[in-house]
Amino acid sequence: MSKKIIKTIKIDADKCNGCRACEVVCAAFHATPKYSSVNPARSRIRLIRDPIKDIFLPVYAGELATAECMGRDKYILDGKEYEECAFCRASCPSRDIFKEPDSGLPLKCDMCEGEKEPLCVKWCLEEALIYEEREEDVEEEVKPDEIEQGLQSLLDKHGLEKLVDTLTRMSEKD
Amino acid sequence: MRYAETGYNLEIDLSRGNIERVETDPRDTELYLGGLGTNAKIIWDRVPPETEPFSPDNLLIFSAGLLGGTPATGANRTMVTSISPQTRLFAYSMMGGFWAPELKFAGYDKVILRGKSPNLVYIWIHNDKVEIRDASHLQGKGSVEVQDLIKQELNEPNAQVAAIGLAGENKVYFASIEQGRSSCSRQGLGAVMGSKNVKAIAVRGTRDINIAKPDEFIELINEVLEYIKWRNENPIPNYMPILAGLGSPQEMKHDDEKWHTENFVWGNARYRRKGFWTKEIAEDWKESMATMQRRLISCFNCPMKCGATISPPGQPTYMMKCFTKLTYTMAAFANLEFGLGIAQSATEYGVDGYSAPQVMAFALELLEAGILTDHDFPGMPPDSEGRFHWLLDRIVRREGIGDILADGTYWAAEKIGNGAHEYAHNNIKKHEQLPLKLSMLDPIYYLMYCTNEKVTITQIEGNFPQAPFATQEEREAFVSNWIQAPNERIKQYVLDWEPRTAPYFPTPDMCCEIVDWMERMHYIDDAVGMCAGLSAFPLKPPYHIHNYPKLISAATGIEMDEETLIQTTKRYRNLVRANNIIRGMRRIDEVPPEDHWKKRFPELEKELLDKYYKYKGWNNDGVPTKETLHDLGLDYVAEEFEKRGIYSETPSYEISAEKEKEV
Repeated sequence: MSKKIIKTIKIDADKCNGCRACEVVCAAFHATPKYSSVNPARSRIRLIRDPIKDIFLPVYAGELATAECMGRDKYILDGKEYEECAFCRASCPSRDIFKEPDSGLPLKCDMCEGEKEPLCVKWCLEEALIYEEREEDVEEEVKPDEIEQGLQSLLDKHGLEKLVDTLTRMSEKD
Repeated sequence: MRYAETGYNLEIDLSRGNIERVETDPRDTELYLGGLGTNAKIIWDRVPPETEPFSPDNLLIFSAGLLGGTPATGANRTMVTSISPQTRLFAYSMMGGFWAPELKFAGYDKVILRGKSPNLVYIWIHNDKVEIRDASHLQGKGSVEVQDLIKQELNEPNAQVAAIGLAGENKVYFASIEQGRSSCSRQGLGAVMGSKNVKAIAVRGTRDINIAKPDEFIELINEVLEYIKWRNENPIPNYMPILAGLGSPQEMKHDDEKWHTENFVWGNARYRRKGFWTKEIAEDWKESMATMQRRLISCFNCPMKCGATISPPGQPTYMMKCFTKLTYTMAAFANLEFGLGIAQSATEYGVDGYSAPQVMAFALELLEAGILTDHDFPGMPPDSEGRFHWLLDRIVRREGIGDILADGTYWAAEKIGNGAHEYAHNNIKKHEQLPLKLSMLDPIYYLMYCTNEKVTITQIEGNFPQAPFATQEEREAFVSNWIQAPNERIKQYVLDWEPRTAPYFPTPDMCCEIVDWMERMHYIDDAVGMCAGLSAFPLKPPYHIHNYPKLISAATGIEMDEETLIQTTKRYRNLVRANNIIRGMRRIDEVPPEDHWKKRFPELEKELLDKYYKYKGWNNDGVPTKETLHDLGLDYVAEEFEKRGIYSETPSYEISAEKEKEV
């Protein structure tokens, strides 16, 4: 067993005022050099915002998804219907958020490495974004090395007999 | 590379359907900053005073500010500039929301509309791609609903749309331009947009805004944020709660309306209702707000929640701006439930929440006085609330009496005649004002009412306390951490200001200095695109004369200190005035409504204005002198004044004195 730090941003969407300061500071912080430019389209946190329907939902970028989901989910909460994919954090072919606007490269939240807390959290005076860290126990699994992994897949595919035969033949050549 | 600004304007000729992306001169940024400043220069250069407001030759400029779209908290304002159909003067009305930053991200500082489209269109700006699109299917749509329709049509939920409603299409003189939770309401710029046949401008941008000195800039903004946090936890003590915090007055947050309902006036800016705010009313209004209000909301990159989404029973949800909460209610002698309901229709129609209710109350007073008769109001319901809905529907369609009323109280009175002008009593420069009637002349407000060219008091008042503190301890406490004060003298005025010294304290000389400083703060805001709610409007704001030069310098790379910033704002402040001077504005136009204060002091008022004009470097008729203009590098303005004979004409006050003698 070992310890692992899990970093989360708890999102209290009811407190969101819809201002997008989270997007602004995220985009500025991740500019190169830092803060040298701002462009919310590069932000790793995005606000899904439809004031008339009272939808204010900050979502921050997670893992890259190379393919879009076949089945999509729609949520209705408190009578408000959220768009498909609203709660999903993936940078995914089905939509244009969490991608660099020029290159299309995926964006992912890095919790503002090097800062005390993610800056979207710091800039959200509404406290709609709350940073939390917790320790979790993780099972230490013994990871197979690369050769073993490769051999395992050959074994699965061709069977032990064929694999041994081949290895023997190859070693005889030398 | 250009910093903070994009360095490009979008020039759209609607008559020819021509669209151009034009690089701007960086020197103009140094001279006039941006926003209102550069708008004033463009109007000066390109719209001669003979141009009619609805002429295709009039320009309609939508501008972001110099800091708009940067991380500067609250830099989200759109400054719209044109010639007003109502005042027939240089008009600049502004809105918060999300539009201006989006325009910057699309790569433009301004959109400049000229000409007139042959049919109703909307404009779609998506980075480099700009289109003029047919809007015939959107004709008559509400200014809020059309924003959604356009976003759906473009399949672009992140587009920001500024649009007019029926009032703008029909060129109602107090039509607004609505956008997100904000609007550009004053001086009828929605009508100018309608006259050009433009229903909306939609914009989406995914480009970078560059910052010249990133580390310095972000540090300054982090200080601003820290200060906002501190101010939110520390409202000004011993001060009326609605004005003790930051932001525009927190109308959506506060339930207690004793101050407004008993100090502001009801009907056609007439009746003060002392003792109105009873326990029952307080409970009823609190209940109305609690059931209809869904959420307090903000503009782009701002933590202040000055707006709210409101869902009146049986009507669609809309976004409300601060004082519209009360204007309809008070004009109609109704309750809050009515006010929040009719404001939904008014927002969709796109009318100014100050002028519209007053115009309707004015019409009903004329009916009561027999100047208008029942024949002018065929089919109007008998009850006050029904009448307001009936009148609003007619005004925005310009039907019957609505066609006359749609020009606002001044021009309607002109057409109706028969003494109607007595009832158009709450105007400055032909424009309806906040319904406020007070007892004792206030010398600071007197100067602001007279000389401000925004023609709206709430957008020009500011950083100096509205009333003296009761005790010496309170005064000392106030100045002890007053980092925003421009100098020690201003602090001393607060320390020396005792209750019951009005109207002789502050003295005229002090008033000149106070008003000049407060006005300057607004002019900076309006050029950089900062919301006055975080700067020029409230007491002790996070932005002030001491940190603004550093912010501007860090964002743009332009060398800036307090002295340069003051000189720069003076330059475009005088250019704004020059635009009005060549349109005929003079001293005789610079008067508050006659009944604004019960107790007036003609000699003191004369002294105030004499001294203030002199302080500003204007002659006694309010015209910037040749020397003033020369010092500001505005010789081209002086030459034009000279050419038009403005310096050699008989002063307006002498002409008017002569006329009075003849009568």
